[in-house]
Order: sequence, then C-alpha cells, then structure tokens
Amino acid sequence: MNEVDALVTEASSVESGYQMSVPAGGGQVDVHAAKIKVFKRQDWVFHKITLLFALIVLAGLFGILISLAIEAMPALRAFGFSFFSANVWSVPDDEFGARIAIYGTVVTSIIALLIAVPVSFGIALFLTETCPVWLRRPLGTAIELLAGVPSIIYGIWGLFIFAPLFAEYIQPPLQSTFGDLPIVGGLFSGPPIGVGILAAGIVLSLMVIPFIASVMRDVFETVPPVLKESAYGVGCTTWEVVWNIVLPYTRVGVIGGIMLGLGRALGETMAVTFVIGNANRITGSLFSPGNSIASVLANEFGEADPGLHFSSLFALGLVLFVITFVVLALSRWLIHRGTAKQGR
Amino acid sequence: MSHEDVHPAEDIALKIRNLDFYYGNFKGLNNVNLDIARHRVTAFIGPSGCGKSTLLRTFNRMYDLYPGQRAEGEILFNGKNLLDRKQDVNLVRAKIGMVFQKPTPFPMTIYENIAFGVRLYENLSGSEMNDRVEWALRKAALWDEVKSKLQQSGLSLSGGQQQRLCIARAVAVKPEIVLLDEPTSALDPISTAKVEELIDELKSEYTIAIVTHNMQQAARISDFTAFMYLGDLVEFGVTDQVFIKPEKKQTEDYITGRFG
Repeated sequence: MNEVDALVTEASSVESGYQMSVPAGGGQVDVHAAKIKVFKRQDWVFHKITLLFALIVLAGLFGILISLAIEAMPALRAFGFSFFSANVWSVPDDEFGARIAIYGTVVTSIIALLIAVPVSFGIALFLTETCPVWLRRPLGTAIELLAGVPSIIYGIWGLFIFAPLFAEYIQPPLQSTFGDLPIVGGLFSGPPIGVGILAAGIVLSLMVIPFIASVMRDVFETVPPVLKESAYGVGCTTWEVVWNIVLPYTRVGVIGGIMLGLGRALGETMAVTFVIGNANRITGSLFSPGNSIASVLANEFGEADPGLHFSSLFALGLVLFVITFVVLALSRWLIHRGTAKQGR
Repeated sequence: MSHEDVHPAEDIALKIRNLDFYYGNFKGLNNVNLDIARHRVTAFIGPSGCGKSTLLRTFNRMYDLYPGQRAEGEILFNGKNLLDRKQDVNLVRAKIGMVFQKPTPFPMTIYENIAFGVRLYENLSGSEMNDRVEWALRKAALWDEVKSKLQQSGLSLSGGQQQRLCIARAVAVKPEIVLLDEPTSALDPISTAKVEELIDELKSEYTIAIVTHNMQQAARISDFTAFMYLGDLVEFGVTDQVFIKPEKKQTEDYITGRFG
C-alpha cells in the first residue's frame, strides 16, 4: 500500500467528515446553526467553482480531440485507412498519406532515445552515486534548467551551428566507417549535407536528456540506502550496485522516464522543423532529409487551402495527438507506479 | 583500564587501536581500543546513539559511502590497517560481511540473492554454484524452507526468512568476519530464536561481531561483551563477568535498567 495514497484518503475523509459533522448540540444553538448554514453554503460554492476550473482543462482536452476529429473527417473519408499507410504527400495532386511523416517522427524519436537513454543513465548515476556533494545541487539544477530552454533556440543552434559542423566533421567519418557494411551501410549513404533525419534525432536527444536524466535521478534516490549498503557489503563496486541492484529496483520508474522523453521527442516541432530538411520522401538513409508530423504541420499549415490538404493536416495532427497522448499517459502511470511501489 | 588484556589466550581477528570517528565535526567515537577474538561472538551493547553501530560500520568501512564521515586510528585485520586509504574497500567487504537491522533481500530470485555476491569474486561452474547456494542456505538453516522455490523472488519470503537469506548471502562469500547490526530487531520471537541459534553455530567457522539492543540476547549468545556510552568504550570483558559483576558503575546502571 502506498503511504501517500493512504494519507490522501485519510485527509480527504477527514475533510468530508468535517463538512458532514456539524455539531448539533451547544448552548447558543440558533446563532451557531445560522452561521454554520452560511459556512456550508460558502463551502458548497467554493467547491463548485474550483471544480469548474478543473473541468475547463478536461473540456479543453476533449474539445481539441473532437475538433481535430471533425476537421480530419473529409481526409479520412476520402483516403480511408490507406491514409495511414500511403507513401505519398503531394499537394498538386491532392494525394495525401501519413506514412512519410509518421516514419520521420518515429525514426527521429528512436535515434533521440538511443542517444539520450545511455547518456541520461550516466548523468543520473553520477548525480546519485559518485558526484561530490557540493556539485550535486548546482549540476542537478543546471540539467533541469536545460529542459527550460525554448525549442526554437535548439532549432537555430541546430540549423546554423550544429548542422554545418555535423556535415563537415561527423558525417564523412560515419560514412567511411559504416558506409560499406552490408546492412547498416544504407543508413549512412547519400551526400553529407548536415540537415536530415539523423541531425534531427541528435538535436532531439539533447532536448530530451534533461527530462529522462532528472526522472532517473529521482527514482534512483528512492532506493533505500540500506539496500545499497548491503550490496556494497558483499563487496560490490559502485557500478555493480547500480547495474544489479538500483536499476532492477527502479526498473518501472526508469521506463516511465524514458517514455516521458519519448513523448517529448514525438511532439517536438520547432527544433525538428529547422533541422530535418523538410522533404516529403522516405529513403533508407539517415543522412537524407525527411519530415516529421510536427514539421509538416508547422511548414504547411499557413498556406493550406480548405479542402483535402487542410483536412489531411488535421488528420496528421490527430495521429500525433493520439500517439503522444498514449505515450505520455503510459509514462505517467509507470513513473507513478515506480515511485509508489519503488520498483517492485 | 586496558581493554586489550581481556582475553590474552585468544587468537585475535581484529585489533582496534586509538580509533576516533567523526560525522563532520561531531565526534562519534573516542579513542576506542579493543580486540575481537577469532571464532567468538563479541556483542556491543549500549543506549541508542552510543556509537555501537558506528563502531561496527568502521570494520568494513561502510562509512566510506558517505562524504563527511571519517575514521582515524588503526583497525588491524590480518596485519594490515583497514583504514589505510590504499586498502581496497571492496575486498575488505568481501572478507568482512554484514547483515543489517532490516532484512534487505536484493530484487532478484532467492538463488540469485546468494549467487550474486559469490559471482563477484569467484568463477564457479554451474554445479559448483548450485552446491555453494545450497551450502550457504543450509548454514543459514533456510534450505529446507526454500529448496522448492529457489527461482522465486527473495521478496516473497517472510521477514524472518528474509533475514536468514541475508545471513546466507553474507556467509556464501566465505568471509572471515560477519558483522550483525541488530539483526533481530525487526523479527518476531520465533525468528529471533532461529537467528540466535544460527549465530551460535556460525561461530565455529566465523568471527562474529553483533550490535544489539537486547541485553538478554547479548548475554545468551556472546562470549565477550562491550558496553559503550556516548562514543566511549566503557567496559569490555567476558560476557558473564560483564553481566554478573560489572566493573563500572555506568555498566551496572545500564544492565540493571536504571538508564538507557
């Protein structure tokens, strides 16, 4: 049983008990009864007002979902289920399919996670186990602040500074190393122009590291010191303790943190739009420019005429909404379970 | 008085000399001198905060994990000073095992709980490892209760079984010394009795140092008893003498329940 939950239910039962149990007896019953009646009415009004505020958020959420669905209807009706699988996005021909954008979104997010997860694990390990005490707070705060940098900044930096350096110093060696290998070679083919799927994935990884690292640090801190001590007690090194004890113990919370990062990466718009290259095609190479759902929306919404194009963009939005909503909901649930049950 | 002369005939496993301990600026131990006899049970008693757990935690340098805590002096183990910075702490901890107040099974199967520590320092084949796990569980008098469910989680056992699993885990790596930090304080009387029996059996092969709040327990199971108060080692001697005819007034007051 979760202690916090127990406390909360206890507190709320005390609260409701307070509302119910109006003391009946006493000397000056009339005066008190009248006052209490006023209080009760005020309580009732206050309760309803705050409830209303809370409901506005939910109404907004469902309003967005419903309006997306309504606007997306014409496109979904015209293309049917093939909208999700068609490898085409052509404004002149009025032919639209989501596959290119979904591919871009998923692949950039996977690249981002492949880079961000090990790095974040290292950061969290350092902060909780090996960092000198005086450095712990400033470093932890700095990493959390990184999460607050506006995404447009990452976008500008990615396009004007990272992409040229990437094209000059990183892509050529990658290509000469992996380019001739049988299966992975295709991933590193094509001209090294900087912007593209891989560049977008790398910039994304920088953006999600703070989220994943701070969740990992928080769940690592839930491991009881005595459990770690007993592992050290049989002669484990710090790495053996973290890998064999801390990580299994916090597994659920760590997965939740990764999902939280995934949710961020899937929906990220500005930074990706800057560096992904904005080309509506799928080639096998990670060097080639592509498009993600969010970048298509950002690029095309301004000039879309009402009709199938407009409606298709809404359908893309709906797809993104559903994917990120599911991922984020799952991550919240896992993190909650991870901190509540401490990773059992 | 000189605490070193209490047991002149005994073989000494751990010699503690002029040991001071600091939590930041607070001094937790004052000039502790004491010898721990091999294959005997040495009990540490005293009121809360007297430094008995602190002392125990210096023996395997557990305090190293926490910045700001430091020990000065000497703890000689096989002729070497454990407190020496050059001493490999992981090796020390493999030689000097520890069991804690609360059972702390690792989040893995019962089998793995035992095998994990062994694997760190020894390269055993599958069947050798099976033998070692069985041996350790038998030592901890747990084998018959868990032999049919070795692949279940260690967390599925009862509290008393978990604690014996932790003792088996400590014994499995074949340490020379086993430190027990109030090992029965979270257990019911039946489990406590089992653990006490176990300690009595283990002492034929291991040196045991136990911290306990329970004076009857110290009297029942230990050969030597150290009474500590406010970071000082007040009295140390053969258990029967300490309990029947203590030399110091403070010890007598504590044992007769006048404070603590």
